[in-house]
Amino acid sequence: MTRLPLPDMSLVVLVGASGSGKSTFAAQHFGPFETLSSDFFRGMVSNDENDQAATPAAFEALRFVAGKRLDAGLLTVIDATNVQPESRRSLVALAREHDVLPVAVVLDVPQSVCVERNAARDDRSFGASVVKRQYDQLHRSLRHLGKEGFRRVHVLSGVDEIAAAEFVREPLLNDRRAEMGPFDAIGDVHGCRSELEVLLGKLGYELVRDDEERPVDAVHPQGRRAIFLGDLVDRGPDSPGVLRLVMGMVAAGHALAVPGNHEAKLVRALEGKKVQVSHGLAETLAQLSDETPEFRKQVLQFCRDLVSHLVLDDGRLVVAHAGLIEKYQGRASGRVRAFALFGDTTGETDEYGLPIRLPWADDYRGAATVLYGHVPTLEAEWVNGTMCLDTGCVFGGKLSALRYPEKEVVDVPAEKVWYEPTKPLGSRGANGGSSARDATRDPALLRIDDVLGKQVVETRAFGNVGIREDNAAGALEVMSRFATDPRRLVYLPPTMSPPQVSKREGILEHPAEAFDAYRREGIDHVICEEKHMGSRAVVLLTRDASRFGAPEGWRGAVHTRTGRPFFDEATTDEFLSRLDRVAETAGLWSELGASWLLFDAELLPWSLKAGAMIREQYAGVAAAATSALPAASRVLQTAVARGVDVADLLARTERRASNADRYRDAYRRYSQPVSGLDGVQLAPFQLLASEGTSHLGKDHAWHLARADSLADADGDLIRRTRRIEVDLSSPGSETAATSWWEELTSAGGEGMVVKPVAGLMRGTRSLAQPGIKVRGPEYLRIIYGPDYLDPANLARLRNRDVGHKRSMALREYALGVEAVERFVADEPLWRVHQAVFGVLAMESEPVDPRL
Amino acid sequence: MLVTVTSTAPTASNLSHLLRKHPDRAQEFSLSVGTAHVFYPEVSDERCTVAMLLEVDPIGLVRDKNFKGSDAAALARYVNDRPYASSSMVAVALGQVFRTAMNGTSESFPELAAAALPLEITVAAVPARGRDTAGLVTRLFEPLGWVVEETPIPLDPEFPEWGDSVYVDLVLRGEIRLSDALRHLYVLLPVLDDSKHYWVSDDEVGKLHRAGQGWLPDHPERELITRRYLAHQRSMVDAATDLLAADARLTELDDIVPDDGAGPGALTRPAPLAPQRAEAVLSALRDVSAHSVADVGCGEGALLKRLVADPSFTKIIGSDVSPSVLAKADRALNLREASDRLRERVQLVQSSVTYQDDRLAGLDAIVLMEVIEHVDPERLAALEASVFGAAAPGAVVVTTPNGDYNALFESLAAGTFRHADHRFEWSRAEFAAWADGVALRRGYTVEYRTIGDIDADLGSPTQLALFRKATDR
Repeated sequence: MTRLPLPDMSLVVLVGASGSGKSTFAAQHFGPFETLSSDFFRGMVSNDENDQAATPAAFEALRFVAGKRLDAGLLTVIDATNVQPESRRSLVALAREHDVLPVAVVLDVPQSVCVERNAARDDRSFGASVVKRQYDQLHRSLRHLGKEGFRRVHVLSGVDEIAAAEFVREPLLNDRRAEMGPFDAIGDVHGCRSELEVLLGKLGYELVRDDEERPVDAVHPQGRRAIFLGDLVDRGPDSPGVLRLVMGMVAAGHALAVPGNHEAKLVRALEGKKVQVSHGLAETLAQLSDETPEFRKQVLQFCRDLVSHLVLDDGRLVVAHAGLIEKYQGRASGRVRAFALFGDTTGETDEYGLPIRLPWADDYRGAATVLYGHVPTLEAEWVNGTMCLDTGCVFGGKLSALRYPEKEVVDVPAEKVWYEPTKPLGSRGANGGSSARDATRDPALLRIDDVLGKQVVETRAFGNVGIREDNAAGALEVMSRFATDPRRLVYLPPTMSPPQVSKREGILEHPAEAFDAYRREGIDHVICEEKHMGSRAVVLLTRDASRFGAPEGWRGAVHTRTGRPFFDEATTDEFLSRLDRVAETAGLWSELGASWLLFDAELLPWSLKAGAMIREQYAGVAAAATSALPAASRVLQTAVARGVDVADLLARTERRASNADRYRDAYRRYSQPVSGLDGVQLAPFQLLASEGTSHLGKDHAWHLARADSLADADGDLIRRTRRIEVDLSSPGSETAATSWWEELTSAGGEGMVVKPVAGLMRGTRSLAQPGIKVRGPEYLRIIYGPDYLDPANLARLRNRDVGHKRSMALREYALGVEAVERFVADEPLWRVHQAVFGVLAMESEPVDPRL
Repeated sequence: MLVTVTSTAPTASNLSHLLRKHPDRAQEFSLSVGTAHVFYPEVSDERCTVAMLLEVDPIGLVRDKNFKGSDAAALARYVNDRPYASSSMVAVALGQVFRTAMNGTSESFPELAAAALPLEITVAAVPARGRDTAGLVTRLFEPLGWVVEETPIPLDPEFPEWGDSVYVDLVLRGEIRLSDALRHLYVLLPVLDDSKHYWVSDDEVGKLHRAGQGWLPDHPERELITRRYLAHQRSMVDAATDLLAADARLTELDDIVPDDGAGPGALTRPAPLAPQRAEAVLSALRDVSAHSVADVGCGEGALLKRLVADPSFTKIIGSDVSPSVLAKADRALNLREASDRLRERVQLVQSSVTYQDDRLAGLDAIVLMEVIEHVDPERLAALEASVFGAAAPGAVVVTTPNGDYNALFESLAAGTFRHADHRFEWSRAEFAAWADGVALRRGYTVEYRTIGDIDADLGSPTQLALFRKATDR
C-alpha cells in the first residue's frame, strides 16, 4: 500500500492514455461527484460520450462545473487523458483562478494494456496508433509536470503500483480550524520589545527569561495564546529581542504567528538575495549581526516556515498580516500569499512613494472575523467584522492587542517615536493631506447586493429566513426614498395576525380563539395588553449620537413600521428631548447604564399618521352614507304609505343607516385634533434594547414596568398600557380576561393584543407568535365596512385564512429581533441593515391588508 | 344610490308608461352592479315620481374579479362609497333598467316620448370630483336646459374644519324630454364621479356616442366630458398601469401641461422644461466626451431615448429604484425586441443612489437629473459616497430646481416646493455650497450652468452642475 498525500483543497488532474484505467481509478478513490469526466461531459453536450467534435463544448462545461466546485472549496478530480501540455496548462490556470493547489496523478500503464482494454470495449474504436501517440505525449511530459505548476506530482508506474495506491487527505497548512482559542491577537511590533513585554503583562502573560534576563517565552495562566500578526522586525530598537521572545512562545505552543512583509523581506536578505535595504531593514540586519550565527539561522528558519494566513476557531477567525478577503480564506496560491503579506495593492504609489492599498475591509462581507495589521492607524476599529491592530507603535503610537473571542482591545503607548513615519499616522480618511483615493470609500456605505436579489438572513430565533427577490426589489424604493437613514434604523416591528374567526354568532373576532392558539402552542401564561388607538412606532432615543453616525446633539428617531419618520426634524427633536427628561425622571438611564434606548410603542392619536386617510376615505364614505340612506328611507316611507310593498327594503335601508352612524362613531374616536405635539401621546410597551444589551428575552412584565415608570414620570406624554395576565389553564382567569376585553371594546376601545408573558419563546412546533390581536366589533367596521355584521356579509367574511399572515409575522419577528441582536453586538452596518431590510421586503408580500 | 324623477306634466302618471314600469308594484332588477329597485313613492295626475334605489354589495364588489381594482386600494374596498354614492354604477343601472325610455321610443305614447316634460330630478350623494373648480356641476347641466340646485354634504359635521365632502345632493329642474334627461344622467354621473369606475363593457366609445346624440356635440364642455368619460375605460382596461403611474418618474410642477383651466396650469411658461433639461444634460455629456453613461434615476426613460439616438454613447445604463418604472422604461425603449447590439449598448438595472453599486463603477459619466431633491438631506452623504466615491465616473451631471426662481411661480405659495416629494429646493448658493464641498472632498472640479429662461436676479428655473474628475496630481 502506497500512501499518497493529497491536500484537501486541490484540483487533481489525472494524466493517462486512453485505457489506462483512469475512470476505474477515480471511482475507487474519490466520491461520485468529485470526479468530472470528459466522457461524461461529452455525453451531456452531445448525447455521445465518444463524439470528439463535442470536445470543446464538453471542456467548456466541465471547466464551468469544476469552477463552481472549487469556489465551494471542494476537492475536484479531472478525469481526462490530459497527456498534452496545453490541456494541462488550462487546468493549472483553473486551479490558480480559484486559489487551490493543482495536483497531477499520472497513471503510467504499458501501451499494450491500454490497447487491450480499449479493444474489449465496443464503444471505443481507438486504434493502437491513438494510444501510442498519447503514450508518447505522456512520457515527453513526465519530467516537466512540476515546472508546469503542479504543486504535487504522483507518478504511478504500472498496474501494480496503481492498484497499491491510496490517498491520504491532508488539511492545508493554513487550516487550523481546530484551534479554538481564546487568543490575544497582537499588531505590528516592529522591534518594540519593551512595549511588547508591557503589553503581554497587561494581557496577563508571565514572562520567562533566560540566563541573560532576556525574555524567551510568555505563559498565560489561563492557557490563552497570543497571535502575532506579522512585522515583528525592522525600524524598532530590538528586533532580535522581539524575535527571541516570539520564537520562544511559538515553539512552546504559547503563540501562533503569521509573517509580515518585513519578515518576507528579511528572509530574502538572510538568504543572501539582493534586496533594497530600506524601511528599517538596515537596523534589523545591524542588530542581528551582533547575534550568533545559530540565532540568525533559527530566525531564518522561523520566518521561512510561517504560513501566510491562518484560519482558526472553526472558521470563525482569520488572521493575516495585511488581512484577507473572504474568497482567499483557507486557500493556497501565490496571490493569496501576496494579499496576506501586502494587502490589496494596485502597483501604484502615493505621494509619499508608499504603495497604494485599497481598503478591502470596506467591502468585506465574510462571516469570519479578520484580524490584521500592516497599515498603521490611530485607533483599532471594527470595519465590517475586521480589525486592523497596527496602531503604529514604532511611530510613537501604541501597541494594540485584541482579546478574542471577548473582542476587547488592550493597548500600551509607545515609549517614544522610534522611527519617523513617512506619512502622518492615520492619514486615511478626511485628513486634508491624504490622497484623494484614500478618501473615496466609506465603510458605512451599504452595497446594493447587500439587499437586492434573493437574500437569506440567518436568524438566532428562527434559523434561515429567505427574502424573495421580488419583495426585496419592491422594498428598495421605500427604503431609499422614505425610510430613516439605515444607520439609525435598527428595528422594524413585525406584522401582527388576528385570531381565527370566531364561530360565535354576530361577531368576527373573539379572545377565545387567540387563547386557543396559544394553548395549542403549549403556552399557558399570556398577557393581554390594551391595543392603543394609534400607530405602531419605533422610538430610538440616544444621548450618544456618534453611535448612530449622527452629528452631535442628534437625539434619535421616531418612525413608523415601514421606517418613515413621523415628524419633521424640529418636532422629532422636541418630542425626544421631552422623552429624554421623562426617562431621566423614571431613572431608566441610570438603571440600565444606557447611552441609548430603543422602544417599541404606539403613537397616538392615529390621525397623526392617518389623518388624510380618515378624512378622505372614512369620513367621505360616512358623509355619503349618512346623507343618502336617510333620504332613501324617506322616499321608501312615502311609497309604503301608498301601499307599495317595499317594507323589507325600508327595514334594510334603516338598518344600514344606523350601521352608517355607528361606523361614523368608530372613526371619530381616532380623530382627536392635534396641534404640534399637543395631544400626542406615546404608549411604549417594549424596551427592545439599550447599549450593549437586547432586552427581547425579558418577560413582558419587565417591559411594562419600565413603561409604567415612564407614565408615572409624565402622564401627559406617556400613556399607560392597561393589561391583564391570564392563566390559560384556569377557566376563571380566561373568563375574566374575556370580560375585560368586552368592557374595553364596548367603551370604544380598539381591542387587545395577546402575548406570551415570557416574550420571545418557542411553542410546541416553532417560535410562538409574538402577539395576536383581537379587535373589537365596532373597530372592525372601519376595516370591513359599516354593514359587515349583517349575517350575509359576516358569513362570507368568515372565510379568511390567517395562516400566511402568521407565518409572515414569525419571519418578520425573527428578522426584527435579529437586527436588534446584531446591532447591540456591534456587528457591521450591512448585517444589521440586511435584517431590517428583510422586514420591509416581507411587507411587500401581498397579504389581505384587513388581517 | 338613489335617483328620483318627477313629472308634473298633465296626466303626470303617464310617466309610468314611458318608463314601462307599473306604478303600483315595486320591481327588483338583478344587475352586474347590484340590485336595482324601482318603485313609485307618489302617483297622481298632477305629480308622478319614480325612484330607483341601487343596492351595491360591498363584499361582492371586493370579491368579484370584474371589479378588482389595484392592491393599493385593497383596504379601501370594503370601506367604499359605492354602496351609498350615486356614482357611475348608478348610471349603469339607469341605462339597464330604463333602456327603452332612454332610447326615446314608445309605441303607445310616441308624442309623449318626443315631448319636453316638466321634470324634477333628485340624485342623492353625487360624487362630484372637481366640483369646487369653477362650478363644474352647473357647467355640465346648465347648457342642457336644467336649473341646477346643488347642496354640498359636509365631510363630518363634528369636524367643521374638514370642510365639505366631494358629495352633493343634486336637484335638476327643466322642460326636457325624458329620454334626454336619462341620457344626460347616464353620461354625466360618471363624468362627475371621475374615479374608481368599474366598467362592464368594452364598447364605451360607442355607448358615449349613442347616449350623447343630440346634445353632446354642441356641449361647451364636450372635451372635458369625453376625456373624463373615456378615462375610466383606461383605468378599467389597465388598472395595473394606474397603480404604476403613482410611482412613475415624478412629474414636476413645471412640466405639467395646463389642464382645462382647472389644474395648477396658471403658470405662464413658454415651453416645458423637461426637453430643455434633457438637451442641457446631453450637451454637458458631449462637452466631457462621455461615451459610457449611466442615467441614475432614469424614470421611464425620456433621457435614455435621447442617449440611445446618439451613436457617440456606446454604453448606456439606466438605473432606477422602482422596478415598475424600469419595466415601463423597458417598454418605452422596446428593449425586448431590440437587436443584440442595442441590448448590449443599453442596460436597465434596479439600483439606489444611497447604495454602492459596482455595476455603475468606472463610467465616463453619471447623470443625476432631477434626482437629488428627492433624497433626504441626511442621505446625501451616502449618495455622495456611492456616486462620487464608489462609482467615481469621469464626470457627473446634476440638475435640480433653483429655489430662488420659485418666486416667479405665481401658483407656488412661499416656502412650498414644485413637487410634493421634493425634500428641498436649493437656492443657487445652497446648491453651490453642496457641489463645491463634494468636488473638494472627492477630487472633482465643478462648473455651473443654467437651464431655461434666465431671470436677471433669480437665475434659471433649473440649475445644472457639471463635475469633472480632477486630473491626477
